[in-house]
Amino acid sequence: MSPRVRFWGGLAIAAALLFGVAPALLSDFRLNLLAKFCCLAMVAVGIGLAWGRGGMLVLGQGVFFGLGGYIMAMHLKLSDAGPGGVPDFMLLYGDGTVPGWWEPFRDPVVTVLAILVLPALVATLLGLAVFKRRVRGAYFAILSQALAAAFAILLVGQQKVTGGTNGLNGFQSFFGFTLSDPVNKRMLYFIAAGVLLLMVLTVRLIMGSRYGELLVAVRDQENRVRFLGYDPAVVKTVAYAVAACFAAIGGALFTPVVGIISPADVGVVPSIAFLVGVAIGGRATLLGPVLGAIGVSWAETSLSESFPSFWIYFQGALFILVVAFLPNGLATVGRFFRRRRAEPADPVAPEPEPALETSGKAS
Amino acid sequence: MSEMPTTAAPLIGEGSLDPDALEQVIAADDARFKHDYLEIRDLRVVFDGFVAVAGVDLTVTQGDLRFLIGPNGAGKTTIVDAITGLAPATGSIRFGGVELVGKPSHKVARAGVGRTFQTASVFDELTVLQNLDIAAGSRRKARLMLRRRKGIPEAVEAALETVGLTHARDLPAGVLAHGQKQWLEIGMLLVQDARLLLLDEPVAGMSQAEREETGQLLRRIGAQRTVVVVEHDMEFLRSFASSVTVLHQGSVLSEGTVAQVQADPKVVEVYLGRGAGARGSTKEAS
Repeated sequence: MSPRVRFWGGLAIAAALLFGVAPALLSDFRLNLLAKFCCLAMVAVGIGLAWGRGGMLVLGQGVFFGLGGYIMAMHLKLSDAGPGGVPDFMLLYGDGTVPGWWEPFRDPVVTVLAILVLPALVATLLGLAVFKRRVRGAYFAILSQALAAAFAILLVGQQKVTGGTNGLNGFQSFFGFTLSDPVNKRMLYFIAAGVLLLMVLTVRLIMGSRYGELLVAVRDQENRVRFLGYDPAVVKTVAYAVAACFAAIGGALFTPVVGIISPADVGVVPSIAFLVGVAIGGRATLLGPVLGAIGVSWAETSLSESFPSFWIYFQGALFILVVAFLPNGLATVGRFFRRRRAEPADPVAPEPEPALETSGKAS
Repeated sequence: MSEMPTTAAPLIGEGSLDPDALEQVIAADDARFKHDYLEIRDLRVVFDGFVAVAGVDLTVTQGDLRFLIGPNGAGKTTIVDAITGLAPATGSIRFGGVELVGKPSHKVARAGVGRTFQTASVFDELTVLQNLDIAAGSRRKARLMLRRRKGIPEAVEAALETVGLTHARDLPAGVLAHGQKQWLEIGMLLVQDARLLLLDEPVAGMSQAEREETGQLLRRIGAQRTVVVVEHDMEFLRSFASSVTVLHQGSVLSEGTVAQVQADPKVVEVYLGRGAGARGSTKEAS
């Protein structure tokens, strides 16, 4: 099976499951959960690009997820309050006035644009600052994680304008649609599923482009790329910004789907959880991050229902097993078996398929 | 020669270098290269107080095939690193009238300087074609970068033939034999349109026949462009160098043709002082 057939086949199956099977079989409650997982999977798609293809261990995607989520939440709060109105929590904690930087988000168009542009812009500035100084590997990971921690602390500290630990919640409507209506909940699910598939397609295009090849080259031999006349910092920043944009869109859809965005969704722990799903699914593959993120979230929910305190151990064990035995993730199980079959005689050769093909011609 | 490893891995396929194809790559107007020369003045590189290069002057003109030799730690690779912006340098390095000291590596590369490394560093997971395509593309516009590659650029096609890897085009570069990786790197320098080629031990690990082919290839490239080779293999040097610079403890010890350098008593002393018979170079120098 060629990779092309595998991809389109996989995408067709995913689309059939997401748009046909899931809505037909799942209860509204489960479907809403699946919508939430789709939002988390959007972050995973971006991580797959930045980490799997670009080699950047992005441990702080919660920041961009949170930016998107909070921008959306601010808009929902303002539109619930009506024209010129003040969100309820501000009356409770604050002085009953809407701060100036909240005002632009009354406008739905500004909100959507901000979700698409603002986090990507932050990532671009951050990426250029960090990558130009050749910060990478563990140092970059620590830095991005510290950023997630700082962001969460900032949100908690500014209770008057961010809702503090409680976050922003209690949304009534989503761009004019009542959120308590199950039909609108379904619509949200379809939006989330559709956006997720679009993102997968986008990443597929990026991976197949010249830029995608260059990104892999930067991951494997950053210096060599530099001596070919490219600036690796720019190459990495582009992927980082795309990942940030995806995370922000995920956050923005997460907010109405779940009905709350709080510092607990954006800090260090959720940032790591995003990464775990990607690692388990297969970071360098296209569908691995999506399946990993959805699979891990689904397992978390269902296991937590039956064994409330067991999940964290299970997650740890799964992570260790996958990293130890399938370092490239569950998505590479197929490859693993294909390789087994292809090399019964010579288990040492690392890339036997092409080598076997040509070794007959050699000499 | 005995200490040099012969080709460890068999070559993939039956490729060999194709000098005729080289003509297509480098056929472009020679006038472009007329005023290219490398001029290094008072180059100093200091790492944490250790003086790796102590005031080197070096001039390599277009059409020269210059070999840099010297005992380990003489500063050969450090000079290449300094030129390409990898090591902190003071002094002046000019190529084609452009000052290179202080420029970041990718800007040095865009000024027409290309280099290889001691260990072949190709992009193992990408195919041979992708490797060359990336090397050709640092001046591409963003719009073009975001598209899928359609067809094979002419320069890449010609470079594939030059380095004898047309048949291995779609193989991942990681499976190539060591010598083929080195050739691929030279091919990458050609499509990158490097006018100054800095090659760090390009024939290490190659068989005798491969060395011969590589030498011929370098000679033809060197006739047009400026080529500097760091090499330990004295037989290779004697066959192909048009001029030699001998470095010792970060300074230039001797410079001239192979014969002149071999006759220089200072060179003889340095090499004999390091233990006769320990390296292939000893015999040549004595």
